[in-house]
Amino acid sequence: MKEFGKYVMFLGSLFVRRETFATYYKLTLEECMQIGVKSAALIVLVSFFMGAVTTVQTAYNMVSPFIPRFIIAQVVREMMLLELAPTIMAVIFAGKVGSSMASGLGTMRITEQIDALEVMGINSTSYLVLPKIVSSVLMYPLLVILAGVCGLIGGYLVGTLSGAISPTDFVYGLRFNYNPYVISFALTKSFVFAFLISSISCFKGYYTHGGALEVGISSTAAVTTSVIAVLISNYLLAQLLL
Amino acid sequence: MIKINHISKAFGGKPVLNSISGEFEKGKTNLIIGSSGTGKSVLLKCIVGLLQPDTGNVFFDLRNFTEADKEMKAEVRREIGMLFQGGALFDSKNVEQNVMFPLDILTKMPQGEKEERVNFCLKRVGLENVNKKMPSEISGGMKKRVGIARAIVNNPNYLFCDEPNSGLDPQTSIVIDDLIHEITHEFDITTVVVTHDMNSVMGIGEKIMFLYKGDKLWEGSKDDIMHSGMKEFDDFVFTNKAMQNLRERAV
Repeated sequence: MKEFGKYVMFLGSLFVRRETFATYYKLTLEECMQIGVKSAALIVLVSFFMGAVTTVQTAYNMVSPFIPRFIIAQVVREMMLLELAPTIMAVIFAGKVGSSMASGLGTMRITEQIDALEVMGINSTSYLVLPKIVSSVLMYPLLVILAGVCGLIGGYLVGTLSGAISPTDFVYGLRFNYNPYVISFALTKSFVFAFLISSISCFKGYYTHGGALEVGISSTAAVTTSVIAVLISNYLLAQLLL
Repeated sequence: MIKINHISKAFGGKPVLNSISGEFEKGKTNLIIGSSGTGKSVLLKCIVGLLQPDTGNVFFDLRNFTEADKEMKAEVRREIGMLFQGGALFDSKNVEQNVMFPLDILTKMPQGEKEERVNFCLKRVGLENVNKKMPSEISGGMKKRVGIARAIVNNPNYLFCDEPNSGLDPQTSIVIDDLIHEITHEFDITTVVVTHDMNSVMGIGEKIMFLYKGDKLWEGSKDDIMHSGMKEFDDFVFTNKAMQNLRERAV
């Protein structure tokens, strides 16, 4: 509870004694490049193969002649859009971006760079953390959309090339009984996950004390805590919004 | 001038500073000395506001910094320059960007003027043609110089240096000490240096405060060192042969 209270106060400190809008604008753009653009290749690769594997495994399990083949595409669509793109990508996002945020801030802490900002009269939490959170909340939903699209492309290519499903059936299955709310739900989840991952990782990194070993510990704690928070919030959101 | 009144600080119930009072004079190099673990850096952090003292107040030219509101604290901090033990240069910025950083954030100076000021400060600390180098590409001594340039770029009224000689060879240490001393007189600022290096004490110590196990035991100038008459102080000062010889000659 004490840690949670500290986290809430940490979030509160982001919005006091802020610098100029231009400063945040520049920092946020830099972070968007770092968080979004530099994560895109990994997200494309992982989601492509995730879609491919989901197609192959669904096809393998659907052996009954009473189940039409286009159902494979429908299952892949629901899996990718509802769960794999927002949630599994969040775990990858926590591993790549969250650990980088925590170790970056942890290193700044132990090398007194954060103290240097404070001595200059700059609110270090607001200056360092706010752009990271804003950039994550802006970029992660885009990455989720990218992951969804790549996953479906991966499923289509592998499904059709392996002969598990015909192109016509796959496209029909993707469009069959489509509910647009799935997209809204996935994007809602992505906003929440991005906020949790970035804020928890920054919190862990910002309060690092000690040396290089503690930076490593903070980085690990950032990933594990973020992933747990993502999984719990995933359940709560599903319960509330579906 | 900086005045501290009965500063105390404890961590987890263990006292680190016990009611320290004193004054750091303007235009002088004021030194806080003592062995490792005596609370020098904690006192410095209490003075600049990185740590909140448990009791006591810090006054920057009669402004009560400890009890000031956030705006007042930010205002005072903008008059502070600080050199950290490791330089604390921002890894993601090059030398020029590091030195320019306080001007970018705290002033509305035109870019050309900022560049001029940065080049002046870098030249003042003896660094030229390193503007585009990253902190990882320069030596420890150069990092300290860049740190000093960053600390003075905003024309501070107060300069704080936390162990400016740590990790430097004796020759570079003297250069850094002299630089701090010269800058103090040149810009007429109040400088506070934390150190346990006796070469610094004898070289630039115009006003010295000696801490021992969290207490202030002695205060004076480098000329008074030989006659402190205090065992703890003498044990700290005259541990090396050179200082012992110096005392023998003085006696």
